[in-house]
Amino acid sequence: MMMTVANGNLRVDLKLIADMVEPGSRVLDVGCGDGMLLSWLGKHKNVDGRGIELSMAGVSAAVAQGLSVIQGDADTDLKDYPADAFDTVILSQTLQATYAPRTVLENMLRIGRRAIVSFPNFGHWRVRMNLAVSGRMPVTDTLAFEWYDTPNIHFCTIRDFLVLCRDLGIRVDRGIALDREGGVLPHDGTGWLANLVAAQGLFVLSRR
Amino acid sequence: MTVQEPPGLSAQHDPRGHTVELGRERPIRLDCGVELGPVQVAYQTYGRLNADKSNAILICHALTADQYVADPHPVTGKPGWWEDLVGPGKVFDTDRYFLICSNVLGGCMGTTSPKEINPATGKAWGQDFPVITIGDMVQVQARLVDFLGIAQLFCVVGGSMGGMQVLEWCASFPERVFAAIPIATAARHSAQNIAFNEVGRQAVISDPDWHEGRYMDHGTKPRRGLAVARMAAHITYLSEAALHRKFGRNLQDRDVVSYGFGPDFQVESYLRHQGSTFVDRFDANAYLYITRAMDYFDLAAENGGVLANAFRGTRTRFCVVSFSSDWLFPTYESRAVVHALNAVAANVSFVEIQSDKGHDAFLLDEPEFHATLTGFLEGAAEHRGLPRRGAP
Repeated sequence: MMMTVANGNLRVDLKLIADMVEPGSRVLDVGCGDGMLLSWLGKHKNVDGRGIELSMAGVSAAVAQGLSVIQGDADTDLKDYPADAFDTVILSQTLQATYAPRTVLENMLRIGRRAIVSFPNFGHWRVRMNLAVSGRMPVTDTLAFEWYDTPNIHFCTIRDFLVLCRDLGIRVDRGIALDREGGVLPHDGTGWLANLVAAQGLFVLSRR
Repeated sequence: MTVQEPPGLSAQHDPRGHTVELGRERPIRLDCGVELGPVQVAYQTYGRLNADKSNAILICHALTADQYVADPHPVTGKPGWWEDLVGPGKVFDTDRYFLICSNVLGGCMGTTSPKEINPATGKAWGQDFPVITIGDMVQVQARLVDFLGIAQLFCVVGGSMGGMQVLEWCASFPERVFAAIPIATAARHSAQNIAFNEVGRQAVISDPDWHEGRYMDHGTKPRRGLAVARMAAHITYLSEAALHRKFGRNLQDRDVVSYGFGPDFQVESYLRHQGSTFVDRFDANAYLYITRAMDYFDLAAENGGVLANAFRGTRTRFCVVSFSSDWLFPTYESRAVVHALNAVAANVSFVEIQSDKGHDAFLLDEPEFHATLTGFLEGAAEHRGLPRRGAP
């Protein structure tokens, strides 16, 4: 969906995600942009990769590189895939831009054995301060849009996300707290402190 | 019987193309139940088949196109319909790929069709020609590919009715198609498209010169009917925006309207020209039979009502392409194909090209479309183990 939070700069969490993907596995990257991650995974990990991307520019760029990418989005296109079609389904910085994040998560873990999800944390202290002090919707480095033009329509905190996973019976295998540059913080990604200090969260999920 | 040497092994290109007789021993069993054989197939090739016969691309042509993809048309002298895409260094690079395009069964450019001689009677088939389907066309193409000694095509590509053939290939001969590019097409012909075809057919049939399809016996042609059919169809190939850009309300060779029914507007003059030149190069019966084949096409119905069944177990790499202003084969038709392919976890790319040129965009200079094709082919070639672009 190319709705990056990093002001159009390189998406810093991609390498971290790439390292988690098993070589030779089947991967679906939802909101794959111009296919940067898929391309890397194809070259370095011999992955059988597919992508879904909303923006035409992204799809064209990806397909023109020889990647298997369809124009579509997480809300409408995940339901078509059969169960267990992929080893890993990736949703990087896109969950907050979907209409039905809950259904998206359910579908991801139906069609994939494992899901990797990253999103900006609305519980970050800077966001909380911003709202508390100025009384206005937070605009930060990782949340760079004004309220009226943001594609991010379903913000959540890390804690919100973990509660939803629990409600959906999704197992959280790993949680990583990231700073705004995508650097890994020492805190447990599923802990209370991460919800305060992490600008982004990255989670590896599987079915219970 | 003469021994026919399949072309492609020599570097010689014959702009007139080739003809082969197929199905003499084993007739083609058509969907309507009739056994047809032998069948004459007129085809054209470009480039050379490589040693392990892994670089062949079958181009499937649309309703009124033919095998002269990148050669001057033998009747009109106009450049080939995909000349911009086929040639050395072009999208379909003739330095790397062996391209095949055959005139479809029922077409009127040399393949067995209503205008050819029925061996049983010694006269032209006319309306005695059996009703054919897209599946029948593909069966004949498969026989041609057999004849050329090619087990698996690297790619099957085509737009519009050509795209229907691509989908049919993938459903009927999945193991023979490594990559497929269905362009501006659908897995079934819509009610609206059947309706347009019927208007065209009725225009032909109501022409007094049609003579129940035996116009050749009367030394005539249903020129007016076929021209009207083409005029109506031609509108569906364009878009409102394209027509407006090209003609607007401009008048033809006059400053004021004539208060009559002559071609006051440029767009009328253009359509009349399209209609009359079409009649010179196309056979009226062929038009009836081929439009009928399109109408009958419904890949889901052929597979228990579920389109995904047509592709179950496929290992073909797909690239589905649509155009935003195409109202004859709208994007949602392509999307239905993509959804069916996703349902069987097929390897699929899908791009909707932004263009205001309507259905005909697939024949026109659309750089983004061409970049998509090139990129997809590069990716597929890499997976097929074919040399990359620019490699010696």
